[in-house]
Amino acid sequence: MAILLLADHDAAGLAGQTARALTAALQIGGDVHILVAGVNARPAAEAASRLAGVAQVLLAETAAFEHALAEPLADLIVSLAPGYDTILGAATSTGKNVLPRVAALLDVAQVSDIVEVVSADTFKRPIYAGNAIQTVQATDATRVITVRTASFAATGEGGNAPIEPVEAVAACGLSRFVGETAPISDRPELASARVILSGGRALGSLEKFNERILPVADKLGAAVGASRAAVDAGYAPNDWQVGQTGKIVAPQLYIAVGISGAIQHLAGMKDSKVIVAINRDEDAPIFQIADYGLVADLFVALPELEKAL
Amino acid sequence: MKILVPVKRVVDFNVKIRVKPDGSGVDLQNVKMSMNPFDEIAVEEALRLKEAGKAEEVVVVSIGPAKAEETLRTALAMGADRAILVETDDAVEPLAVAKILKAVGEAEQPGLILLGKQAIDDDCNQTGQMLAALLGWGQGTFASKVELASDAVTVTREVDGGLQTVSLRLPAVVTTDLRLNEPRYASLPNIMRAKKKPLDRRTPADFGVATAARLRILRTEEPARRMAGVKVGSVAELVDRLRTEAGVL
Ligand SMILES: Cc1cc2nc3c(=O)[nH]c(=O)nc-3n(C[C@H](O)[C@H](O)[C@H](O)COP(=O)(O)OP(=O)(O)OC[C@H]3O[C@@H](n4cnc5c(N)ncnc54)[C@H](O)[C@@H]3O)c2cc1C
Repeated sequence: MAILLLADHDAAGLAGQTARALTAALQIGGDVHILVAGVNARPAAEAASRLAGVAQVLLAETAAFEHALAEPLADLIVSLAPGYDTILGAATSTGKNVLPRVAALLDVAQVSDIVEVVSADTFKRPIYAGNAIQTVQATDATRVITVRTASFAATGEGGNAPIEPVEAVAACGLSRFVGETAPISDRPELASARVILSGGRALGSLEKFNERILPVADKLGAAVGASRAAVDAGYAPNDWQVGQTGKIVAPQLYIAVGISGAIQHLAGMKDSKVIVAINRDEDAPIFQIADYGLVADLFVALPELEKAL
Repeated sequence: MKILVPVKRVVDFNVKIRVKPDGSGVDLQNVKMSMNPFDEIAVEEALRLKEAGKAEEVVVVSIGPAKAEETLRTALAMGADRAILVETDDAVEPLAVAKILKAVGEAEQPGLILLGKQAIDDDCNQTGQMLAALLGWGQGTFASKVELASDAVTVTREVDGGLQTVSLRLPAVVTTDLRLNEPRYASLPNIMRAKKKPLDRRTPADFGVATAARLRILRTEEPARRMAGVKVGSVAELVDRLRTEAGVL
């Protein structure tokens, strides 16, 4: 049967994570339909229709969908569900918010954060902050899944799927959008960056974080990440947090500076291709997984690195 | 208003778990167990709302083995008023947990249900959303700020692009993120006092909920292990190796 993939988008374009979740959907097998729900979201729907292997794009345009609130979006997906045996989305803050609500309304289990498709109903997923990998088989008639996008490459363009409008559902009035912070930087996105430079508690202040980390990140063309300790202390915004409860990333190069390597941090970056750690404590646990370790004071090493690049 | 706070007993966040060599699961013999850190934050938030005069009673509920009583006693020692233990030795999936919590919610009629956004054992991040769906309530997930009024709650959520603020009609479900607050430690007198606070014992059957698993766990294995690499002597050597050896610069 068919697969429904919930798109992440900002109306003007499609999030890169949707192209990665599509790869998982295509591995599951079947006609893949991408659902774009929003306002003035035709450009995002067009981007979805260009992805290779997509059979159809469903475009739902009503004010209720503008901010991807879980309640109306879940009702919409449930209204479409009879046509699908698999409903999935990227494990983004939207997917994680909406899809469990869909699963409960359909009275089915959800398989969260899959990292591998074993077969149409069997998946691998990490548990205990990635310290164990479980293989689970879903037994319900409809499977609801979120996809850990760092584990799947993006599907490229080359498609030309038709875009069909879908009927909106009645507004439920349970929730109302109040506001959001504007995206603060024009840096590469963590989720898709080729290089990530992350700073930890050792940076010591917001000023030093900005002064030491940002210029090096600029030279590297890198996205900037942070440990929970750095975010909690206000050195970096919450959406830079990498880890079990932050973003899960797998760039070509991950550089951890002044980060000790707690399991919760490793959970978010240990699948990176090359890991570099800079820490002045030679016994810091981060060195146990680093390909290249430099025992040094970051306040000396970072300026040197900036010059050497 | 009454606030209901579901809490889960999980492996302590400091424990490095071991996978059983036969692939049958994770070895939980003799490891330290604690309250799920996110749930601790939920308990703390409920207590602060009560202390601010916005709620009258904080009720904690746990679904789990007899030992989950310890987790409930911890919450009572922090300041919760009473507890409900829904006892089962089965591994209960989020959907069944949500169904039990729905029944508890219908019996208790809270104005707000506050719980952790995910449990650090199965890392599912589902229960709050499922509970909100089953009750037909609004949901404010991944909260870093909660402002409670008499008929609505305003929730600031940590999302991929930064922060999003939503307003939910009450009753509602809110799931907590790490930066909502820093939970208090229970004092010794409060730990003693908590032993005498009321704890109601129930079973999933009391609520007519079947806990049979919908997901079949076929295997649990170690993740691919990463080997420690080399230590480099200088920044110059690091850059050189990243360019020539690793080819990532
Ligand atoms: C439920 C839960 C979820 C969590 N989720 C996450 C998560 O998603 N992401 C996350 O990161 N953490 C998470 N944590 C927190 C985690 O356990 C650690 O507390 C955190 O990662 C530590 O951050 P850090 O490495 O920056 O700080 P620290 O552990 O304090 O490490 C600082 C490091 O800097 C080094 N250092 C100090 N000065 C210098 C210097 N001048 N030059 C070089 N090195 C220096 C030190 O040697 C030390 O290794 C979570 C915790 C819990 C309980």
